[in-house]
Amino acid sequence: MAHAATTAHPPTNTGISNWKLGFWTFIGSECLFFGTLISTYMVYKGKAVTGPYPSELFDVLHTTMSTTILLFSSLAMVIALHAVQHGKKSRAILFLGLVILMGGGFLYLEGESYLKYIGYGLTITSSTFGSTYFVLTGTHKLHVIIGMIWMAILALQIGRGKITARNAETVEIAGLYWHFVDIIWIVIFTLVYLIQ
Amino acid sequence: MSNEMTENLTEAGAEAPESHGNHPTVAFYIWIGVALAVLTGVEVGIFYMDAFEAFEVPLLVTLSTGKLVLVVMYFMHLKMDARVLTWLFLAGAFLAVFMVTALTILYQVLPDLGG
Repeated sequence: MAHAATTAHPPTNTGISNWKLGFWTFIGSECLFFGTLISTYMVYKGKAVTGPYPSELFDVLHTTMSTTILLFSSLAMVIALHAVQHGKKSRAILFLGLVILMGGGFLYLEGESYLKYIGYGLTITSSTFGSTYFVLTGTHKLHVIIGMIWMAILALQIGRGKITARNAETVEIAGLYWHFVDIIWIVIFTLVYLIQ
Repeated sequence: MSNEMTENLTEAGAEAPESHGNHPTVAFYIWIGVALAVLTGVEVGIFYMDAFEAFEVPLLVTLSTGKLVLVVMYFMHLKMDARVLTWLFLAGAFLAVFMVTALTILYQVLPDLGG
């Protein structure tokens, strides 16, 4: 009941807002969704009969940069939430802007990698590695894009005064989504890039 | 703008941990962010160092789990929130981990069994 003091929501049987309960249920289901994509990648790992192969393509230092940017975007997100909860409107907008900027930076670096891989002949149809890799990481990138749009809408709403400390839960739920996108990348970074 | 921001951050960082429900301070969040970056650096170090080759997979999985736990507990506030939310997350996460592990063992470790 960490937010009881600041977040107004109608009374519920559990004492937790329905939005929050529902969103955590959604996150649980998203774990399974990504679980299936990661499983498929793991099942076909090392079984591609045509190249290029992961060891020829992956630049771990490049991916480390994008991973670090995404990790710090999570930090910016939690500071933005803290700012909203404390009624610091301009700081909240600034940090939501940083989240969008870092999300864009992540997508830019990962886009560079995609172009490099495609240049080497790896596409979604070229091999089982290409199919499983692009479906897994592409789905993650789609989540990042959705998150960035969500953050932009929130920043606008905070700017217009529609989101304040009283209904900060709106930002908290968007934050849960963004952090979830971050933890999925933590798993992908290790299983796909580091454990080759 | 940046001065104002630094001031605000310092103010917030100086607040008592219990100043907003049970939520940590901004300074605490920054420490978590630094810890995440350091753990990522260690992971990459292990990847490049041959000395860790024998223990590479368990070490990387442990470090990655540590990072995940830090984000979930502190950035997503599960440590401070109602216990039922932790169970909701763990239910999905456990099933996903079980599925990934079972299929990986079946197709990578015991390929004769998995096909």
